[in-house]
This record gives sequence, C-alpha cells and structure tokens, in this order.
Amino acid sequence: MVDAPQADIQMSLVLKNISLPLSDFRLEVSAMIPSSAITVIFGPSGAGKTSLLDLVAGLRRPDCAFIELNGQVLTDTAHRVFVPTRRRDIGYVPQDLALFPHLSVRKNLLYGHKPGADERFAFDHIVELLEIRGLVERGIAQLSGGEKQRVALARALLASPRLLLLDEPLASLDMQLKTRIIPYLARIRDEFRIPMLYVTHDRFETSSLADEIIMLVGGRVVQSGPAKDAFREPG
Amino acid sequence: MNGEEWQIIWFTAWVSAVSTIVILPFGLAVAWALARFTWPGKSIVETFISLPLVLPPVATGLILLKIFGRRGPVGSFLHDTLNLDVVFTWRGVLIALGVMSFPLLVRSARVAFEEVSPRLEQIARTLGANDPRVFVSITVPLALRGILGGMILSFARALGEFGATIMIAGNIPGQTSTLSLSIYQSVQLGHDSDAFRLLGISTVLAFLAVWASEWLMRRKRTFR
Repeated sequence: MVDAPQADIQMSLVLKNISLPLSDFRLEVSAMIPSSAITVIFGPSGAGKTSLLDLVAGLRRPDCAFIELNGQVLTDTAHRVFVPTRRRDIGYVPQDLALFPHLSVRKNLLYGHKPGADERFAFDHIVELLEIRGLVERGIAQLSGGEKQRVALARALLASPRLLLLDEPLASLDMQLKTRIIPYLARIRDEFRIPMLYVTHDRFETSSLADEIIMLVGGRVVQSGPAKDAFREPG
Repeated sequence: MNGEEWQIIWFTAWVSAVSTIVILPFGLAVAWALARFTWPGKSIVETFISLPLVLPPVATGLILLKIFGRRGPVGSFLHDTLNLDVVFTWRGVLIALGVMSFPLLVRSARVAFEEVSPRLEQIARTLGANDPRVFVSITVPLALRGILGGMILSFARALGEFGATIMIAGNIPGQTSTLSLSIYQSVQLGHDSDAFRLLGISTVLAFLAVWASEWLMRRKRTFR
C-alpha cells in the first residue's frame, strides 16, 4: 500500500477522499491497494476499520468518496455513482463470520457460487484447498471455530470475488487455531491472486500475513507502506 | 350438534384462516419495514396500525361500514365496477377479521424480523443476492417462528371477533354467522344450552391456537 501508485506495483483498489461521520470522529481515508497482496488495516478498536470495509463493500453510503476496483468505479459521490453491494463482486468475511445458521454447510457454500465463472473458483477446488470436504453435509452448529472460519472463507471465495475483505476473521480463535488458519489465508493469496483487505489489531496476524500495512487511528491513516518497512520504523 | 352448528364452526374457521392468509403479505411487508427502517412519522404509522387493538371493536366496525358501504369510497367503487357488495356478506366478515387481527400479526412478525441479524442479510448481498432473495432465503426462514406465532394469534383473534363483524356483516344465519355472533344470538333467544355448546367449541379452538402460538414463541430456535 502506498499513497501514490508505484510504477512496478499494479493497483487494484483506489480509495480517494473517503469521508464518513462516525460516533466520535470522522473517517477520512485515501489509499491505494495493490493487487495480489494482503493489505492489513491495522489499528486499535474503534479506529474505523470495519466502517472502511463496509464502505468498500457498499454496505454503507459515505458523505464523500471515490472507490474504484480494477478500473470500475464502485462509488463516486461527486457523480452520484453507487454500485449496489450485490454487483460489486467483493467477498466479505465479517468478524462473526455471518454463516447462515439455518442452512447446511453445502447450502452456505453454494449461496453465492457462480458455477463455471472461473476454474479457480470451482466448488471442488476450493473445498479441497480449505480442507472442508468432510464438513459439507454438516449443519453450521456442528462446526468448531476453526472449521467455521474455513467455511466462511470458502463461501466468500466461491462467489468469485475480485477483492476479499476480512474483518478480524481470527479474533475469536486461540493462538493454536490462529497458527493453523493463517497458512490457509496465505494459500488463498498465492493461489487466487486476488487482493485482500485484512482488518486486525493483532500484531501476530499482521506480522504473519501482511504484505502491505495501513495503520488507522481515529479514522485517519497515520502510517502506510510495505509491511517490512512498517515494522522496522517506529510509530 | 346439528348441521347448522357445524356450518357455523366451519364458516368461522374458514373465514378466520382466509383472513389470516390475506393479511399475511401486507403484515409481513409492514413488519419488515418497521423492523428495518426509520423515517419521520414512523411512530404515527405504528400507532395507526395498533389502533384496532385499543379502539372499541364496534367503532372499528363503524369505520369499516362507512368505507365499504355502497356509498363509501371503497364500497361504491367495488359495487359500480365489479358489482361486488361487502356489507352484510361474507366479504364483510373477512374484512372485519383481517383488520382486527392485523396488528397482532405485525407485532409478532416485527419482533421476529428485529431478531434477525442485519449482518446476515448484508453478507447475503455481498454474495450476489438481491433484496427479494435475501428476504425469502435469509430473513423469513430465520423469523419463521415469530411469523407463525403471529399468524396463529391472528387466527385466534379472528375466531373470537364480534363487534366489528356485527357492524359490517350483521348476523345472517348461513351467510355471516360466526361462533361469537351465534353465541350472542343464542343467549338473546334464551337458548342457553346451544350457547354453552358453542362456547365450549370456541374455548377449545382458542386454547389450541394460543397454546400453539406460545409453544412456537418459547421453543428454543435450534439449528442442526
């Protein structure tokens, strides 16, 4: 992530002049997210991280914003452009995972699946990749925390997203489970080559996964750049 | 019981069930809007919908009589264009029961919709679902217990309706007589044994309906 595009990095998500009033402050962000990388939005609770993901997904309408994904304008308040959530092709895994409790794992997985859209997102391929073959006939209540996590990731991937939003997806897991799930996320990044915005306030997850980092405090970007630089520099 | 009493029971159960089904789509739409949106004047809409619960039923019936009478705004239209009469017909009974039980359906369904996490609906949209699909595949199944409970309560309310029905539909044997109207008429005529027999049937029907509603509401929602 950088504030201006670099010549050798392809940018996929452009966020310009985002402005949204929150309870105690105003979220004000401009950023560019490179393709094929995990960009971690790092910051304390209540910094506006989830609100930022909601804006990108089209779940909230900002006062002012320009959001572009792979050259397609999704939100442009100046020109009254707002692509509805269902047409954005953005996968979202929220903190509580939001698995549909009344549907089986299979029906959850198939809810947004677009068969034949792209071989990378074929049902069998994703089920094997995330090692959930044995879970598909179960109910959601029968899954453990780590299994739910992988099912939620698979469900988002099966909708053939152009961008994956992950909102503290490992927050409820203990360290042992986190270390088991993190390789799956790295595998998704390497296999699918789709950009991921990953929200967390956990340093372990950040250091394990981040290619790029945006540090968000009080609704503003206080630091951004490649992960290796961000961890080296103070602040 | 004689044939006339069976006819009364059948007609009451039938018209109560049909009125519940007729108000269902409107009730769900209103309940969903109340649960999910805020707008200026929302409390006035809420109060208006609840009015039949607190207004004297005969007052509600009088309003309906004025609206659906041949000289009323809706009644004249129906009569002139479709040659349909509402007052003193089974249609009048249907409308009275629907109006009187509507608030109960809305209240139950609204609570049920409010208990469905909006996050689930939002995530369904990120998966490409449009609003009707989200409503049918996520919202309604998760709110189903409350919706069914509301339907049963509405049905039970309709079974016992009296005041609004007698105002708009009268008490015409074989045409608009319901259980409550027949009980009243039997008492008026001094046929106490008939009245108590119908009272017993009313009590059993109402008990079963309310018990089923309570059972649905209290049953813990479990998913496999």
